[in-house]
Amino acid sequence: MTILVLAAVFFLGPQVSALRYSFVQSNGENGLGNYTQLFHDSALGSSLVTSLEIAALTTVIMLALMLPTVVWVRLRLPRLAVVVESISVLPIVIPPIVMAAGLATLQSHASAQISSVIFTSPLTALTPFYVILAMPFAFRSLDVGVRAIDLRTLVDAARNLGAGWTTLLLRVILPNVRTAILTAASLTVALVLAEVVISETLLYDTYPVELVNTGQNLVGVAVALSVLSLAVTWLLLYMVSFIGNRDASRARIGRLL
Amino acid sequence: MSAVAVHLDRLTRRFGALTALDELDLDVAPGELLALLGPSGCGKTTALRLLGGFDRPDAGRVMVGGQDVTNTPANRRDMGMVFQAYSLFPNMDAHRNVQFGLRMRKMGAAQRKARADEVLDLVGLADHAGHYPYQLSGGQQQRVALARALAIEPSVLLLDEPLSALDARVRNQLRAEIRAVQQRLGITTLFVTHDQAEALSIADRVGVMHDGRLEQLGTPEEVYDRPATPFVAEFVGTMNHVAGRVLAGGRLEVLGSSLKAIGADGQQQGGMVEVLVRPEALEAVADEHGHAIVAERTFLGSLTRMRVTLDDGADLLIDVATRRGLPEPGARVAVRVTSEDALVSGPSTP
Repeated sequence: MTILVLAAVFFLGPQVSALRYSFVQSNGENGLGNYTQLFHDSALGSSLVTSLEIAALTTVIMLALMLPTVVWVRLRLPRLAVVVESISVLPIVIPPIVMAAGLATLQSHASAQISSVIFTSPLTALTPFYVILAMPFAFRSLDVGVRAIDLRTLVDAARNLGAGWTTLLLRVILPNVRTAILTAASLTVALVLAEVVISETLLYDTYPVELVNTGQNLVGVAVALSVLSLAVTWLLLYMVSFIGNRDASRARIGRLL
Repeated sequence: MSAVAVHLDRLTRRFGALTALDELDLDVAPGELLALLGPSGCGKTTALRLLGGFDRPDAGRVMVGGQDVTNTPANRRDMGMVFQAYSLFPNMDAHRNVQFGLRMRKMGAAQRKARADEVLDLVGLADHAGHYPYQLSGGQQQRVALARALAIEPSVLLLDEPLSALDARVRNQLRAEIRAVQQRLGITTLFVTHDQAEALSIADRVGVMHDGRLEQLGTPEEVYDRPATPFVAEFVGTMNHVAGRVLAGGRLEVLGSSLKAIGADGQQQGGMVEVLVRPEALEAVADEHGHAIVAERTFLGSLTRMRVTLDDGADLLIDVATRRGLPEPGARVAVRVTSEDALVSGPSTP
C-alpha cells in the first residue's frame, strides 16, 4: 500500500503540479489565459497541423512498407527474421543529429528542381526520415501482432478460397493484427510529435520545435501545451487499449450469453 | 468427364537432402474419398500441399480433371480445403467466413447469402451463422471450415487431418458427418491422416505412405487383411511376429496350424520364417497342457486383449470377444491361428 501511495505521488505529483501551474497567468492570477493564448497563437496552430500531416503520412507509409515486410519475412523467410530485426534497430543506434547532418548535405547538393519539390516543405523533407526513425518501434509492434496469429494457416485458407495477396493482406491479416497496427501507429505519431533534433537543425517549423520555442518565451503557455499534449497522448493510448480489448470483452459477453 | 479426377504423376519434392516425396503416382476417381495414411514425415501432407498449390514440386505433374495445374497458384485451383489447425478468419462470423470464397468469385450478395445458408444447414450449423470463431467449439469450427470449403463447389476437397485436434467423441461424430456429406455431394476428396482407424473407416481406398513413397493402395479391407509389405502390416493395426516353418505346396506351419503362405517365394522348404499374424486371428483356449501362459488381460469394451507368453519366451497379443469364462492371468492356454493364411515378413531371426 505504501509503495502504491509513493508511486502515485511520484507519477501524479508532477502532473498535478503542471496542471496547477498551467492556470497561473502571466499577471500572477489564476485563469484560463495560458490556454486561450494557445488557440490564438497562429504559429503554434499551423505547426501542429504540419506535424499532424507529417504524422499521418509517416504512419501510412510506415504501415504500407512494414506490414507486408513483416508478413513476408514470417511467412517465407523466417530464418531472416533476426537479420531484419537487427536492421530495424539501426535508427536507434544512429544519433538523430547524424541523420540531420546527412539530410543537410543532401539539401546542399540537391538540384534546384529537387529542392523545390522535396526540401521546401517539411512534409516531403521530414517524412522519409520519420519513417526510418519509426521503424524499430513499428517493426516490433507489428511482428508481435503477426506472431500472435496462425499466419500460415490463415494465409493458406484465404489463398485456397481464391484470395490474391492484396485481398489477403487487407481483409484477413490486417483486421486480425489491428491492435498491433494501432500500437505501431500510436508510437509513430508520438515520435513525430516529439522529434526536435532533425526539424530544429534543418529549420522546419514543426509542433515540437514551436513547443520548445514557446517554452523559452512563455513558460505558462508551454506548460499548458504540455498538459494538453499529455491528455491527448493518454486519450490515444486509452483508445488503443480499448480497441485491443474489445474482442476479449465481446468474447466474455458471448460466453455469458 | 475424365475417369480420373486427380492424377499425381511422378511427383517429387525435396527439402535439402531430404526427399519428402519420391516419384509419387496416384489416381483419384471422381467422387472417391481416398485417404493417405502414414506416420509423421512420410510425405502425405507434402502431397496434399502440392495438390492444393501451396508448394511446387521439384519434378512431376499435378493433373486435375485432365488439366495440368502444376504451376497454377493455390488461389486459382478451385479446391476446397479443411486444415488441421482451426483456420476460420477470427474477424468474421461463421456466415461471413463461409461467404469469403464466394465473394472472391464475385458472386452477388443475395446468391452468396443463400449459398452460405445452404451449406451451413448442410453441416448442421444454420443457427450458429452469426457466431464468431471464438464462440464456437472446436468441432463446430471444423464444421464451419467444411461448409466454407464446400460453399465454393470445389472440384476437389482436401482434408488435412481435420479431426486430429478434436476429442474422441466429437471426432467420431464429425468423421461420420464428413463421410455422409461427401457421399451426398459426390465430391472427389483426398483425406490425409496418421490415424489408421480414421482412414479405414472413412475411405473408399487407402494409400499407405512411408518415406515419401506409396507402399500400398487398396480398399480398407485389402490394406488390413492383405498388407503388401511388412511396414503396412505393422502400421495398419497390430501385428504379432511368430516363427513359422515352410511346408510344401506354398504352406506354412504356424503354432501347430497349416496355413497358406503369402510372400514365402524363395523360401526353402523346412526353413524357418517370421510370420505376421493379427491379434484377432489368434485364439487362446484354457488347456493345462498348453504351450503358453496368460500374462495379462485388458478389458477394451466389446473386445478383451490378452498378452500370452509362449514357452519359448515370445509374447503374443490375442483379441477375443469379451465374454465370461475367458482364461485368467496365470492360466495355461493353447494358442492356435484361426485365419487361413499368413504373411511372411522374412527369414526368421534368432
